Amino acid sequence: MAQMNLLQAINNALDIAMAENESALCFGEDVGHFGGVFRATSGLQEKYGKARCFNTPLVEQGIIGFANGLAAQGSTPIAEIQFADYIFPAFDQIVNESAKFRYRSGNEFNVGNLTIRTPYGGGIAGGLYHSQSPEAYFAHTPGLKIVVPRNPYQAKGLLLASIRDDNPVIFFEPKRLYRASVGEVPEEDYQLPIGKAEVTEQGKDITLLAWGAQMEIIEKAAEMAKKDGVSCELIDLRTILPWDVETVANSVLKTGRLLISQEAPLTAGFASEIAATIQQECFLHLESPIERVCGIDTPYPLSLEKEHAADHLKVYEAIKRSINY
Amino acid sequence: MNTDIYKEGPVVHNAAFIDGHSVEIPILKILQQDGTVYQGAELPNIDEEHAVKIYKALAFHRALDERMIGAQRQGRISFYMAALGEEAASIGGAAGLEVQDMIMAQYREQGALIYRGFSLENFMNQMFSNEKDLGKGRQMPIHYGSNELNYMTISSPLGTQIPQAAGYAYGQKLQGKDAVTLCYFGEGAASEGDFHAGLNMAAVHNAPVIFFCRNNGYAISTPSDEQYVGNGIASRGVGYGMKTIRIDGNDILAVLKAVQLARAYAIEESKPVMIEAMSYRLGAHSTSDDPSGYRTKEEEEKWHAHDPLSRMKSWMLAQNWWDEAQETALFDQLREDILAAVKVAEKIAKPPVEDLVSDVYDQVPEHLQKQLASLKAHIKKYPEAYPLTAGRIK
Repeated sequence: MAQMNLLQAINNALDIAMAENESALCFGEDVGHFGGVFRATSGLQEKYGKARCFNTPLVEQGIIGFANGLAAQGSTPIAEIQFADYIFPAFDQIVNESAKFRYRSGNEFNVGNLTIRTPYGGGIAGGLYHSQSPEAYFAHTPGLKIVVPRNPYQAKGLLLASIRDDNPVIFFEPKRLYRASVGEVPEEDYQLPIGKAEVTEQGKDITLLAWGAQMEIIEKAAEMAKKDGVSCELIDLRTILPWDVETVANSVLKTGRLLISQEAPLTAGFASEIAATIQQECFLHLESPIERVCGIDTPYPLSLEKEHAADHLKVYEAIKRSINY
Repeated sequence: MNTDIYKEGPVVHNAAFIDGHSVEIPILKILQQDGTVYQGAELPNIDEEHAVKIYKALAFHRALDERMIGAQRQGRISFYMAALGEEAASIGGAAGLEVQDMIMAQYREQGALIYRGFSLENFMNQMFSNEKDLGKGRQMPIHYGSNELNYMTISSPLGTQIPQAAGYAYGQKLQGKDAVTLCYFGEGAASEGDFHAGLNMAAVHNAPVIFFCRNNGYAISTPSDEQYVGNGIASRGVGYGMKTIRIDGNDILAVLKAVQLARAYAIEESKPVMIEAMSYRLGAHSTSDDPSGYRTKEEEEKWHAHDPLSRMKSWMLAQNWWDEAQETALFDQLREDILAAVKVAEKIAKPPVEDLVSDVYDQVPEHLQKQLASLKAHIKKYPEAYPLTAGRIK
């Protein structure tokens, strides 16, 4: 096993995917020789040539439209959108085209080979246009899969699974952790299941649920709560769509309490969907209302990032609220 | 109404394709690097006072860039984008307009704001995202804006201002204003869908907008030959049926001439115009970028020889409108002023916590008032965790 940061793990997964599958291509803005602004695609152009790893013009709708065409043709496009904040020009190509290709054609055509990689999230002093977590917009669209890894090991296994999944997948990478998160990652090929949450810590008093970079936050809050004698069960959702209702519901049946934390603003975020479903699944077992600890309902600010964020202290306070309800 | 789509050209009976590269677009050059004017070149309207104002803006820009890159490296600001080598495009653009004209920029056009007189304090307050920033500390450094100076606040997503400029200009026209909108963007942003949408809307609806492309050769690491094929961005203007001109973007007189003509045409004919200014981004894309990873020193050196500042300075010296003593005094003063302004701005408090929820809507709606109240209670409980705002909560 090697020590890798999250970017190296992604680069390693892309390398494996391109080596095994000659129809796999990586492209996006600055993705070629430069290796992407975060260097996730470093070395791939040197290794696989300019035809398979290349810079595109600056046009997100073009990148995804082009990728849809490639995927429909049978290639395996792995398209990069430089920041998730800039995915919106491609919104039509993703929600009306990628997501509906198979359905509208009665499976005459599909873009199941498509993977869209994009860095998301805040905590990097990026202000409102370099910090957004837009997963909920896409979760409202049937036909897509949405995956968010929390560390290098997860990133490699989930990205390989996403590339090989026969559905279009949006793979949101927590950019705050790109270099900050380092861990043991096997150099060989492996996959982690899409659609399956992971219980990362067993507990009995309350279930804490998050995804991506927000996992660190709930872990920290759980540590604080532990000192108060509260035992938290931690779950990394890993896949936003389709999400693992069973694992979450089973945990809540055991603990009787649920707290969901997301970086994105509160209203109509994916935490809301989870709360509604779990309230239906576990109604008679709930000891307190389901807590959502989220960003506040404003654009992501630059100078008051910490105030805006769903940090560990806000999660900790919500744990106490839930326990003492 | 004329719907005869065949009316334009002659009829032929042997297939002949028009080559996409065949459109020849000349480039306007007025001022040579040694400060002399090309023989027969027609000067823009410019007098000594105007020239000195332009040159002082160029100097201010260069001094500001030098100092703020330094400040970023010292960790005093988080981010900066310099315009080294292409200052003439933004400053010449603004210098060819009238004060009532709107400027909608991409992000590397603070030169236009310098020319319009945005104060050093305003620049600093924005970059230090303090409570005196007109944008209330919400955006990354260099995302300036000023209603008073008719300079639309910058939005990071590329190209979004292009169709907006078409709409803004159309509104100016409908209201009978003697004003145009000048819209800056880079050759990279000209790939975005918004570019094509904006040009077409402006052309079809006769909006008096000047589309000003700064073609500086690079979009982060991507060189222009991986950005577009064909004859630059100017050929796109031609394709949308627009009056189009290509100019040397490092030649302040060519920039000024083109914008003055474009403005007069846009107002008189009430139509859009396209200007493509050829230049080179001598610096990095931003302080997060290192160009040595994708281009050579030799290439950069070649473009250093086309410095727009030294070109204008040589011309000014030859006109007897400037001298070396003024030059030294100006740069000394600028460096001193900027350093002093940095020291002031970095000590000004960050915006109050209330600014988190203001301006999301015209009034703070109830759900945000509640979220703010609960945030304040939380901060009071953990004051040490929120040092920027804790001491200021009432």
